[in-house]
Amino acid sequence: MIGRHRHCIALEAFSREEILEVLDLAVSMKEVLRRPLKKVPTLRGKMVVTLFFETSTRTRSSFETAAKILSADTLSWTAATSSVTKGETLIDTARNLEAMRPDVLVIRHSSGGAPDLVARNVSCSVVNAGDGAHEHPTQGLLDCFTLRERLGGFDGKTVAIVGDISHSRVARSDLHALTKLGARVRLCGPPTMIPMGVEKLGATVHHDLRTAVEGADAVVMLRIQHERIGDPLIPGTREYSKLWGLNVKKAEDWLIPSCVILHPGPINRGVELAPEVADGPRSVILDQVENGVAVRMAILYLLAGGPSAEASGSGRAQA
Amino acid sequence: MSESGGTIFIEGGRVIDPASGVDGVRTVVVRDGVIAEVVERLDRPRDARVLDARGKWVTPGFVDLHVHLREPGQEYKETVATGARAAVAGGFTSVVAMPNTAPPNDNASVTELVRARAAAAGLARVYPVGCISRAQKGEELAEYGELKVSGCVAVSDDGKPVTSSALMRRALEYAKAFGLPVAVHEEDLLLVGKGVMNEGAASTRMGLRGIPAQAEDVMVARDLALAELTGGRLHVQHVSTEGSVRAIREARGRGVQVTAEATPHHLALTDEDLARAGYDTDFKMNPPLRSERDARAVREGIADGALDAIATDHAPHSEVEKRLEFDAAANGIVGLETAFAVCLGLARQGAFPERRLVEALTSGPARAFGLPAGTLARGAAADVAILDPGLEWRCDPGAFHSKGRNTPWKGARLVGRCTHALVGGRLVHELGGAR
Repeated sequence: MIGRHRHCIALEAFSREEILEVLDLAVSMKEVLRRPLKKVPTLRGKMVVTLFFETSTRTRSSFETAAKILSADTLSWTAATSSVTKGETLIDTARNLEAMRPDVLVIRHSSGGAPDLVARNVSCSVVNAGDGAHEHPTQGLLDCFTLRERLGGFDGKTVAIVGDISHSRVARSDLHALTKLGARVRLCGPPTMIPMGVEKLGATVHHDLRTAVEGADAVVMLRIQHERIGDPLIPGTREYSKLWGLNVKKAEDWLIPSCVILHPGPINRGVELAPEVADGPRSVILDQVENGVAVRMAILYLLAGGPSAEASGSGRAQA
Repeated sequence: MSESGGTIFIEGGRVIDPASGVDGVRTVVVRDGVIAEVVERLDRPRDARVLDARGKWVTPGFVDLHVHLREPGQEYKETVATGARAAVAGGFTSVVAMPNTAPPNDNASVTELVRARAAAAGLARVYPVGCISRAQKGEELAEYGELKVSGCVAVSDDGKPVTSSALMRRALEYAKAFGLPVAVHEEDLLLVGKGVMNEGAASTRMGLRGIPAQAEDVMVARDLALAELTGGRLHVQHVSTEGSVRAIREARGRGVQVTAEATPHHLALTDEDLARAGYDTDFKMNPPLRSERDARAVREGIADGALDAIATDHAPHSEVEKRLEFDAAANGIVGLETAFAVCLGLARQGAFPERRLVEALTSGPARAFGLPAGTLARGAAADVAILDPGLEWRCDPGAFHSKGRNTPWKGARLVGRCTHALVGGRLVHELGGAR
């Protein structure tokens, strides 16, 4: 259990305390990860299944690494298509996997809400590894973990998130978590990439990169998906890069010295981020990858091995 | 449909018949399948059958301009018979069946099949609608002359918009020869894109692709202009936006021949209700549930007469189409058996007067499509609904007469229910245990 939750589907539903519970536990998990012998028996005999309907190497590897360090067994299931095309339904696929008695089912899907549907139809815990443009809660948590390491805390801090906010599940999870933790969030991108009503979630909206990043304590640069070009959300990568990409000159001129740069990966070098910035001293991108394993260890532990997991029985969860 | 002989006295109920201006306790006398009289007191002959309507409403049988009966082709979702059974259970004695069947109703053989199945069922009267375009492809006109003669009361490509402005113009013109209304499902498909719910703060939070209200507004504006150009009869289906209501009200004011309907769900629910329900696909329909501001505007449209009718857009689906990811699930919900309670609830909250509610379920829709229904005037067919406005019930989709179980009101406590329905003087529905 993470606080009241048997699943980890959306940070919108998490309280500040529940987020902090994960971040605090992830500190000890990171210490385990850095040991020369990185193996603890905590989840021995437990099984974690990853069910991915979208290709993703890094997120799946991160979950599997986390599970293995905790001694859980892992099984990965790749579905080439979603049930949008004819075939087995999502519920049938999930129930088939459930019949193998996993303790945690990690799911990534191109449709927002797919993990909710699965959670309502299986008895094991469900972790959302990204659903459409909805949420990517473990990414949100690892971003918060990384920011807390670098900034010391969230009170009075300002984080700018730059890119295609409309289609970004990372932006939504970051926004929910950061505002709950007390940070101010600025969203920035061309107006075609800012979703309607997003200011109601507690962020300010900017179309000018400079006003968005000036004075910010951290900047999260989102990946520009090539399929959005000609959607037509933007005329092309050339103008996007010029206006909303971050290069060394803009970083030096506009960012405060302590400002760090995050990116959920994979980077389009030269589009949203110049290579010198991605590899430069402000970049915490590789910290994010390492912290991702620690945060996912914490989540798997809380859902599959925490003291309350036994007591919660097999009843279905609501959230 | 066989009309019954004999005499029935419906006594003690509050008779609400907006078409003839009656609202008060009356006795409705039905003789030989027609309304003989509606009077304050009458000594009844000893052999007359009596329906005790004390504490209830007695109204003309409801008229639904928009149902999907799925036959021919998708009988696993609904048949004419099950749909007609659901209709009378909800107080609807006349329903207008959309042509998006398989094959679509673009010729006399399909129209005749639907009518024959309805006659065999002997429940609600079923009025078929023919296609605007052959096979609903939006390319050539269907044969309105043949459709009219075989029994169609309107044409529609419902489920799809008529994308071509030129074809829409010709449809409105050609339909004039037959006095057929052209009923339109309004959405600009390019603006809709891959959208699955209303675009707004709720779609942003849920990470679902949004459909702007203006995808409907721009098509309504176009078709009002074409109705003005042609003098044809335009009927706007399932109005869901503030902009549509405003444009329709304005056009009516200028004398454009337009009528319009709204569904109970667009009157009662919003995209925030969908957000609260998680990703429940029983909240997925097209047009999508809109904002509170839109819902309020649609309620005002019913209240002030800018919109003529409440129509259910009854759209039964099986779990095969619905127990899926939100993106993949079919659009639509059933509505025949919940419409009265949902709309009565709105009337009780002050959205519109009760009398106006009854009008929008009876004479309003009947007039829009020129149907011989919607009134308790002397000599009219005795299509009557008896409704208990205080009856509280739990909405159990498993108990529906419809094959469809897809309703956002599943499990809800509703107030108000049809207890009896008469079609042509025959009692075709009596709620079990209601008396």
